[in-house]
Amino acid sequence: MYFDSLHALLQMEGHGPYVWSAYGITFVTLMALIVAPLRRKQRQLRELRGQYRREGN
Amino acid sequence: MQALGSFALLVRLLHRELLVSLRRRTELANPLFFFLIVSALFPLGLGPSPDTLSALAPGILWIVALLAVLMAIDSLFKSDFDDGTLEQVLLSPIPLYMTVLVKTLAHWLLTGVPLTILSPLLALMLQMDSAGIGVLFLSLILGTLVLSFIAAIGAALTVGLKRGGVLLSLLVLPLFVPVLIFGSAAVQRAVAGMDSSSPLALLAALALFFLALAPFAIGGALRVSLDQ
Amino acid sequence: MWAWFHKWSSPRWFFQLSGRLLPWLAVLTALCLVTGVLWGLLFVPPDYKQGNSFRIIYIHVPAAAVAMAGYMMMAVAGAISLIWRIKLADMVMKCSAPIGAALTFLALVTGAIWGKPTWGTWWVWDARITSVLVLFFLYIGIIALYESFENKEAAGRACAILALVGAVNIPIIYWSVEWWYSLHQPASISFTGESSIHPSMLRPLLLTISGFYTFFGLVLLMFVRNEILERERNTRWVRELVTGATR
Repeated sequence: MYFDSLHALLQMEGHGPYVWSAYGITFVTLMALIVAPLRRKQRQLRELRGQYRREGN
Repeated sequence: MQALGSFALLVRLLHRELLVSLRRRTELANPLFFFLIVSALFPLGLGPSPDTLSALAPGILWIVALLAVLMAIDSLFKSDFDDGTLEQVLLSPIPLYMTVLVKTLAHWLLTGVPLTILSPLLALMLQMDSAGIGVLFLSLILGTLVLSFIAAIGAALTVGLKRGGVLLSLLVLPLFVPVLIFGSAAVQRAVAGMDSSSPLALLAALALFFLALAPFAIGGALRVSLDQ
Repeated sequence: MWAWFHKWSSPRWFFQLSGRLLPWLAVLTALCLVTGVLWGLLFVPPDYKQGNSFRIIYIHVPAAAVAMAGYMMMAVAGAISLIWRIKLADMVMKCSAPIGAALTFLALVTGAIWGKPTWGTWWVWDARITSVLVLFFLYIGIIALYESFENKEAAGRACAILALVGAVNIPIIYWSVEWWYSLHQPASISFTGESSIHPSMLRPLLLTISGFYTFFGLVLLMFVRNEILERERNTRWVRELVTGATR
């Protein structure tokens, strides 16, 4: 471990805000890329079930 | 048609294409006025100082010429698409490569070349050093040829869409980057008294490259636009 | 060989195979990214010139590399769909565009955030940044073109042509931007990322680069699977799959 304390890790000798915001934005974007297809799949399955039920009757 | 060699065919097609286009005179003048008006806006936006203008003139002229080519290309396939001529072109025995090559060449002869001829006048108005005018002329004549072929790919892709105008510029402008870089650099170097043969040679290489390959992409794009 | 090719391109077979592959890919991605990022953030000593801000390299460089590779993959998929009319290739092409655009955006944003403490400004017209910006524009063009076609089959073919034209142009654009930058290079910026990098900093970078590649694969599979469900909605196997799942 390079940093002595949590405070030092957050500060990063003044570069903390830059590093953490870059990692934060990356985390949010990557998560959005994972969540978007998952939600679309749920929606599609719901729609398809509805469609098949209507066609089945 | 079979008896004709490809070069004779090319000349004949070009002749016909030019004759047809020359009937619509106002449409031909529009890109030139666009070039003139937008160039005249720059001194109004930047201030009339000759020093600022002469420093920026190569870049301004190149960007405005590039936009003028982009504006004009919209009509390249539009009327032929609307009246069904394009479908006949695809069915005809003349290779699509040839037709597309000729149409784009004719378009360049009627927009790119007049723009180039007009450019020295605008260069004088923007206080550009006269040392750069010869290179400006050469770079624009080669550059507008490349631009026409790149833009024609975009025009062929968007010809079937109702609102293709802005989309066309989104597709095509990123591809214009190398031409803009080499063209404006050639003029800037000439103004600074340096040798600008290498960017000019690169522009010529780009021109040959796109002249040979772009018609395939344009033809393919036209087929897609007509199939939908 | 041909039978294998044919089988691979069948959406149903691909759906089943990718379903089995997904969990493994997800675990591998998480493993690479978590170890790589923790290693890079907590254990690697700071760069002697740039200080701690260099830690952004562990997300910036992978994002840029995968964004670039993603465009090339999209163009190859486009070529395959144009030549052999394979539906799956068309779906892969369509789905990689938004993912690639998101990664290019990330590369630009993290690059800007990195630039502020190192160069003192958010944006520099540096050769590499400019190239990535143009790449972003190319992705936007593909997405915009796809969205403006009503007929999705034509949209796929039009985008394939545009992607191929873009792929042929990318080397020219990159080279021209390099050339442009060498003409106007300001003297104050003297270092480049690669030359000053210490081997101990490189190992976590390799991990995050692999992590971003597998992440791209993972998300691409998820997108393509949704696309398959959408396009094959009227086939029997999708119907059985969906109704079977509800019972």
